[in-house]
Amino acid sequence: MKFVDEFRDPNKARALIREIETLLPQIPRADERPLQIMEFCGGHTHTIFRYGLEQMLPGAIELVHGPGCPVCVLPMGRVDDCVALAERPEVIFTTFGDAMRVPGSKKSLLQAKAEGADVRMVYSPLDALALARANPDREVIFFALGFETTMPSTALTVLAAEREGIDNFSLFCNHITTVPTIKAILDSPDMQIDAFLAPGHVSMVVGEAPFRFVAEDYGKPIVITGFEPLDILQSLWMVIRQLAEGRCEVENQYRRIVPPEGNSAGLEAVAKVFELREFFEWRGLGSIDHSGVRMREEYARFDAERKFPVPSLKIADPRSCQCGEVLKGVIRPWECKVYGRQCTPQTPMGALMVSSEGACAAYYQHGRLAVEAQRGQAG
Amino acid sequence: MCLGIPGQIVEIVDHENLLARVDVAGVRREINIACIVDDAHPPEACVGDWVLMHVGFAMSRIDEAEARKTLALLDQLGEVEAELATMRASEAPT
Amino acid sequence: MNGTITLAHGAGGRAMRELIDTLFVGGYGNDLLAALEDQARLELDALVAHGDRLAFTTDSYVVDPLFFPGGDIGKLAITGTVNDLAVGGARPLFLSCGMILEEGLPLDTLRRVVASMKATADEAGVQIVTGDTKIVHRGAADKLFINTAGIGVIPAGVDIRAARARPGDRILINGWVGDHGAAIVDARGELALDNPVETDCQPLSGLVEAMLAACPDIHCLRDATRGGIAGVLNEFATASGCALHIEETAVPIRDTVRGVCEILGLDPLYLANEGKLVAIVAPEDAEPVLEAMRAHPAGRDAVIIGEVTESPTGSVILHTGFGGERIVDLLVGEQLPRIC
Repeated sequence: MKFVDEFRDPNKARALIREIETLLPQIPRADERPLQIMEFCGGHTHTIFRYGLEQMLPGAIELVHGPGCPVCVLPMGRVDDCVALAERPEVIFTTFGDAMRVPGSKKSLLQAKAEGADVRMVYSPLDALALARANPDREVIFFALGFETTMPSTALTVLAAEREGIDNFSLFCNHITTVPTIKAILDSPDMQIDAFLAPGHVSMVVGEAPFRFVAEDYGKPIVITGFEPLDILQSLWMVIRQLAEGRCEVENQYRRIVPPEGNSAGLEAVAKVFELREFFEWRGLGSIDHSGVRMREEYARFDAERKFPVPSLKIADPRSCQCGEVLKGVIRPWECKVYGRQCTPQTPMGALMVSSEGACAAYYQHGRLAVEAQRGQAG
Repeated sequence: MCLGIPGQIVEIVDHENLLARVDVAGVRREINIACIVDDAHPPEACVGDWVLMHVGFAMSRIDEAEARKTLALLDQLGEVEAELATMRASEAPT
Repeated sequence: MNGTITLAHGAGGRAMRELIDTLFVGGYGNDLLAALEDQARLELDALVAHGDRLAFTTDSYVVDPLFFPGGDIGKLAITGTVNDLAVGGARPLFLSCGMILEEGLPLDTLRRVVASMKATADEAGVQIVTGDTKIVHRGAADKLFINTAGIGVIPAGVDIRAARARPGDRILINGWVGDHGAAIVDARGELALDNPVETDCQPLSGLVEAMLAACPDIHCLRDATRGGIAGVLNEFATASGCALHIEETAVPIRDTVRGVCEILGLDPLYLANEGKLVAIVAPEDAEPVLEAMRAHPAGRDAVIIGEVTESPTGSVILHTGFGGERIVDLLVGEQLPRIC
């Protein structure tokens, strides 16, 4: 077993879709309006579009593509900070490729690189640490980005730098957390989401328990979901079964990867290096309490925000963007006033057009057929 | 996001710093295994393990029994589905 | 001749003469170049014998690193231009070669590149008949840049154009997709991958000749370089106003290329190729063309990957192995890894 192709079998997909179709009539609300199911994670959004899952599903299911794409929700001001750091002559600024094209208020990292900044793409924070080791006369900054999945890797890299005494290495920490963000979505008054697919790789680190509040406090079914197309279909079937049977609980579809208790070594490293910020600003969603982490005082010398001057200017989202409403499922991406007009993947105005994992960019690039079909239905 | 993919550990490169080489469809890379080792499962026991790797770190050991359970359940649904289809076909007017 | 390139090699004096004589004229070895006039002189009669139209193209090569798994900048500089001629149906005949060298380039590196160009030119059946060399100060260029222009002749009756795709036509490819892109994605070692993939860089002129022999009426033909097969398919769809439907499971992708793509979150359909062409032919011609392709070494793994329909106009639609479908659009810019 190689744990990939086995979970891309079209015959099993057909069986799951028929099971879903059989269950739908048993859900009381299903004939009044489409059931809204949110996949929080951008990785899920990617799988849904890559395999064309949306058109395979019955029309009574509407997938709402959540904010779980860390480069999408990164505010412009933070990108400006990256550029300012990268443009310092002594700095080698290292980043995952994902973040290279994200626009700041003036330029992206890719543009800063073109203008002479030493910006390098790495696969792992460990590669950034290796650069620091190899270039003792330069300051290597790693752009730490991503949800709880990625935090253990950057925390362990900082701990390795400490152990080895590499002091020309630092993190520009922009890690964000899922749980407060799901809560913020659940608390918004116009939210209509019926059930959630929880991010599988975040859960692999934090375990099942942090998602219990969704079922227990808000009465919404939630299933921890893997990233192959069968994983997503099976999880949809699981949430629909919960809705049909009137249950709401945390279920784990992705048991092969996600232990119920999460990853203790990873969590320990995270707790050692990071602490919650009071709030963090999200592009499209605004400020959310406790939704980001920063480095603890003990690791201040590895913190680029403390080591170097950072402009930290707040840049407001463009007014015409309706990303927040799209994220909550209040409108579909193509119903936004600027979608496909002023806001395209070439010139993204809103968060969701920034990366291919953002809902708007995904529809714009891969989902034209789905958009036309839905518009046809509506008209 | 949070791209994570399955790979198989083929050798331990550095015991002290917990570095191993992982194989993904014939492409290899060095990754850190700090998150998947403990006293019960030391580095040398990791060779042959299938792991979920993310940004150069093994983040979970893949549980093959659980994977098989998931697939078996889906197979079962497929069989039920096939039976139903046969029943529907036999009930249909010819 | 050991040592490195200096500005003297471009100054028009003895050093330059020696470089040209020994390295280029000796290296490329043909009478037209050896005449050392300021231009190559080509017999019109000989050209007319091959067809009724000239094909003329140019391309520049700036790949870094100069040597990568399975190829080098010299091989690429020949195949790239030869293939641009071949996919117009032309028989490639003559190339020019302009080189911009950075001061300090080891002569041995240059010698290896020239030898690779000569070997590839011989394989493709073309001659390098004129050239130019400039030396620039250190830092003004990155080691070595090459420009090649090429002339070929299109046989009478051959009319290959992107706009000629018609509903019902079949879409063919000559083998594995994405090898070149996967081979060079980490050729500089920044991503620290231990990657066995080699470039597919190869001349396609012989293959195209064999295809035209089996079916002179090939509708569309392009080599899928930057932008991958997704790029070429979109060009065909836009130019013809048709819809191109691709069966994902029919597209040949090596396991190792898939591995690179999984690790970095890339889509193989957008990876560059340097020895792959996409052809569109009438349905009745599909099998004979496929057979002719498979009989040629550069088309051994050829397959039919899809079909042309009327609508949705101007679109490329991928039918996934999982049972869904999606639009394959052009990318905004270079494909970047999708990791965090």
